[in-house]
Amino acid sequence: MLDLVVFVPLVAAVLLAAVDVGDRAARGTWVAVTVLDLALLVGMAVAYRTPAPGALAYERRLEWIPSVGVGYHVGVDGLSLPLLLLTGVVFAGCAVYSLREQHRPRAQAALFLFLQTACLGVFAAQDLVLFFVFFDLTIVGMYFSLAGWGHGDHRRSALQFFLYTFLGSLALLVGFIGLYLAADPHTFDIPELIAAAPLQGSPVAGALVLGAVLLGLAIKTPVVPFHTWLPPAHTDAPAVGSAVLAAVMLKLGTYGFVRIAMPMLPDAWRAWAWVLVGVGIVSVLWGALVAMAQRDLKRMIAYTSVNHMGYVVLAVGAAGLVSGSDAVARGVAVTGAVTQMVSHGLITGALFLLAGVLHDRRDSYDLGSFGGLAAPAPRFAALLVVGAFASLGLPGFSGFVAEFQVLTGSIGATSWAVAAVPGILLTAALLLRAVQQLLTGPTRGLSVGFQDLRATETLPVAGLLLLALVVGVVPATLLGWITPAATSVVELVGR
Amino acid sequence: MSGVLLAALVALPLVAGALLCLVAVGTAGVLRAAPWLAVGTAALTAAAAVAASAAATRPMLSWAFLPTVPGGEVRLLVDDLSGPVLVTVTVVALLVLLAAALDGEHRPTRFWGLMLLFLGSVTLTVTAATLPGLLLGWEIMGATSYALIGLRWRDPERVRGGQTAFLTTRAADLGLYLTGGAALAGGSGWSLERLPDATGPWVHLAAAGVLVAALGKAAQLPFSGWLSGAMQGPSPVSALLHSAAMVAMGGYLLLRTSPLLAATGWAGPAAAWAGALTTVALGAVAVAQTDLKQLLAASTAAQLGFVVLAAGLSATTAGTDQLIAHAATKAALFLAAGAWLTALGSKRLAVLRGAARRFPLLGGLATIGLLALAGAPPLALWASKGAVLAAAREDSTALWAVGLVGAALSAAYASTALRVLWSQAAPEPGGDEDPGTGTVPRALLLPIGVLGLGAVGLGALAVDDAGPGELVLGGILALGVLAVVLRRPAPAPSWAVHWLGLPRAGELLGAGTVRLADWSGRGDDALQHGVLGGVAGVRGLARGVAALDDAGVAGAVDRVAADTTRAAAGSTRLDDAGPGAAVRAVTRGARGLGVLARRPQTGLTHQYYVQVAVVLAAALLLVLVVR
Repeated sequence: MLDLVVFVPLVAAVLLAAVDVGDRAARGTWVAVTVLDLALLVGMAVAYRTPAPGALAYERRLEWIPSVGVGYHVGVDGLSLPLLLLTGVVFAGCAVYSLREQHRPRAQAALFLFLQTACLGVFAAQDLVLFFVFFDLTIVGMYFSLAGWGHGDHRRSALQFFLYTFLGSLALLVGFIGLYLAADPHTFDIPELIAAAPLQGSPVAGALVLGAVLLGLAIKTPVVPFHTWLPPAHTDAPAVGSAVLAAVMLKLGTYGFVRIAMPMLPDAWRAWAWVLVGVGIVSVLWGALVAMAQRDLKRMIAYTSVNHMGYVVLAVGAAGLVSGSDAVARGVAVTGAVTQMVSHGLITGALFLLAGVLHDRRDSYDLGSFGGLAAPAPRFAALLVVGAFASLGLPGFSGFVAEFQVLTGSIGATSWAVAAVPGILLTAALLLRAVQQLLTGPTRGLSVGFQDLRATETLPVAGLLLLALVVGVVPATLLGWITPAATSVVELVGR
Repeated sequence: MSGVLLAALVALPLVAGALLCLVAVGTAGVLRAAPWLAVGTAALTAAAAVAASAAATRPMLSWAFLPTVPGGEVRLLVDDLSGPVLVTVTVVALLVLLAAALDGEHRPTRFWGLMLLFLGSVTLTVTAATLPGLLLGWEIMGATSYALIGLRWRDPERVRGGQTAFLTTRAADLGLYLTGGAALAGGSGWSLERLPDATGPWVHLAAAGVLVAALGKAAQLPFSGWLSGAMQGPSPVSALLHSAAMVAMGGYLLLRTSPLLAATGWAGPAAAWAGALTTVALGAVAVAQTDLKQLLAASTAAQLGFVVLAAGLSATTAGTDQLIAHAATKAALFLAAGAWLTALGSKRLAVLRGAARRFPLLGGLATIGLLALAGAPPLALWASKGAVLAAAREDSTALWAVGLVGAALSAAYASTALRVLWSQAAPEPGGDEDPGTGTVPRALLLPIGVLGLGAVGLGALAVDDAGPGELVLGGILALGVLAVVLRRPAPAPSWAVHWLGLPRAGELLGAGTVRLADWSGRGDDALQHGVLGGVAGVRGLARGVAALDDAGVAGAVDRVAADTTRAAAGSTRLDDAGPGAAVRAVTRGARGLGVLARRPQTGLTHQYYVQVAVVLAAALLLVLVVR
């Protein structure tokens, strides 16, 4: 089942790339395949029963390169299931959004289906080499999306994105090799490495390996000061590229924290925990402040991503502060961190799709060039307001479920986490400012004659925000998946 | 059964409101039935509230929210405290919506949807027994108030008023996040009634968080400034948000958590003093205003000061009485102000001179409301203020004295308004906000009249709690001040005209944050350029090294091939060419970079990828072999 979910998009991508079916059929195929894949994922979620600690659901293990301990090993637990679902939802939304794409739609459909397999593969992978392969394939896929369908100075941004994140993945690989070498017997298998925790008791080697892994993940996430590739990449990316980049690909970094770094290197993680707490707090505040200074809607949303991912880093850092803190609080923090990954994916994905509409209509993201957009485009205005309030963590949306848990759990672990609380207010201020500048006041500038959202644009945005609302009001199902896995991560870090 | 009532109480207005908002977006026009759908929903909600608070068993309802923590669920509860407040809020909401439906103004469908969403968030806030449930209602209330104050979004000034309200109250709301963290760290869980069980220093942080959040919502010092800007909203919005609901919820939260305040030893007195000082400071602000809605707004903060004072003293009943009496009184007054605003096109006092004479029925109702506000016997606020002051006197004479000054000031601003409304002087021409219609719809008098009845009769609730001393003293004080001010206007303290500079302070704080943000933005740009420069530098260096390497290897091959004499000459040449070539290569690399930066898409990326992959594979192999 899981193999099917991961590889169906790839098969479709190969077929689309090989057979010239025409633009209409290509767009239709893309939507059909993503919807089918999403249906499979939902089926998996419905049938999912929380596995025993350390075990996996939908597990499959095949030999691949046995001589160096590399296997094809995939499986699902409470950390990966929500992110797999998120991936399915976001890609389906992007497929619908692109139903009117005019620029090489067949190639784009093939590329995004390929990218979907890569993203799903990262979340399903239970082997470090498999993880790394999928991880790098996402970078390649996103590079081509930027270079082929971007705008502005997109080639330069694409190259910068590629070099920077590729550098990050190299650091990650070095860390993986370190883990492999330290394990006895040598293996790249994730559950085995978690069980073995190979570098316990060797502080120097552990710190070095964790440093390499953290560097790789920090670039991908991204956290301050490794975030500088993100704003240009977003600014010049096509709307669907931005949505996937923000909603899914940033999670590859944060997912790596809870899947690899924390459970495999608990000693080193606890030693580095304060650094992560500090970096998380700085990311929260710096991301929000810099976002407030932006005059370009897409850059602004990009920087709010830095802020939102900062909460995740803060929470996983706080989870490493084992001594003198309560395991319940640390569990709440990690649960909040994983919830934040899902929540940010839904909400920021929707916001980037909305931003894409501005570019589609007027070739501009400049906040100052618009004003009073609510008059010609009420649907756009309503969804943007809802998206902004969801993004600022309004209760009733998923962001609150995530951020409330992150902040309370982190404060429960260390009172220093209080420093991150003003981030909530800063995000509120900057999003309201942007919304007001775009939507309210007299209709002027580029807003005049602005065409409101079409059905293919409304549907994915409204769908993503509706999911954020559902998670925000009845989070029990989602938290029922995440909590056992988060608790087990906290236990593993504490050993 | 009781669970169904509670579910209806919360879900009915929320769902109906959300649907109306959806319709508003879909049709982009006016749905004719919207006012009556809203009034009908509010009526059902009020009926559910009455039934729920009269139910023999305490209605309770909960759903799983954040299941790992005790008290992490959303638990709703109607008890002795929430019952009366619930009935008050829903009935006032019904009357306000009825007035809005009858006042003849055209309102967008969105207005009705947002008012219902707001009502639902208030019923959620009132009934919440856990912190997550409270925050759910509390912050949706703030967000809908933003949209309602900025309802006329084409006017940037109004939207800014909503923004100030939302951001100020949200700044205070951060306190509740701290409370959540403290409760978790202190092991008490998130049930509101268990918060006092938090251990060690955490109980203090929890109480401080609640206190700050409540003072912000209740527009108490030092957060009062936002209430001034909030008057940009339509009058029905003020009548609901700034009388019975949003602002009052700040006071209500303190009443609900008074055991927590008491458990700390300091938070109770702090709340009491904040409330008492607000009654005086904002009372003075009210006296100094020249705009009827601004006067009423300042008086809202001042009157709620008595609720906060009571909550700080754990005098829950007195505080509830004051909250309820004020809700009815102030809603009637805001509706009257709104009716005059429509009729005369202004809310400036200079325009309203003699308005009560021109519109005697409305004038009569407003007079009842203002007399109640003044604390004149036997009206409702006279009794409830007496109850609060009685509690204050038991605790501390200083607090009691400050409260008495606040009571005198409330009589002063009420009589200032009365003086203007019944004045015989010629009014200034109105129409500075809207062209006045010149009439007040007769039907509007019904909801205002019902609220006026409340302002008269609700004192019966409180009379038992007030000592006879306070009642007599308060009555004499109110009537005395009324008599004096009606003869000679109260001196308007000039320092209070601009709300003690609080809105300005808020603006400065906002501007400072924006400056900090701009500075951070520049810093981040520099960081970005630094990284770009770093990348460019590394690549230039790599090219230089590569060129040097080429030259070196080529030279070596030459050396091997040639004889010793030519080798000598070759090495001389190499000596020359090596560093020279390197320097040239570096220069060329740097120059090429400029070109590359503009046109990087030359296939070099793939080469780079391959190179790195090869190096990597080599490194991997090396490590494996060495190991």
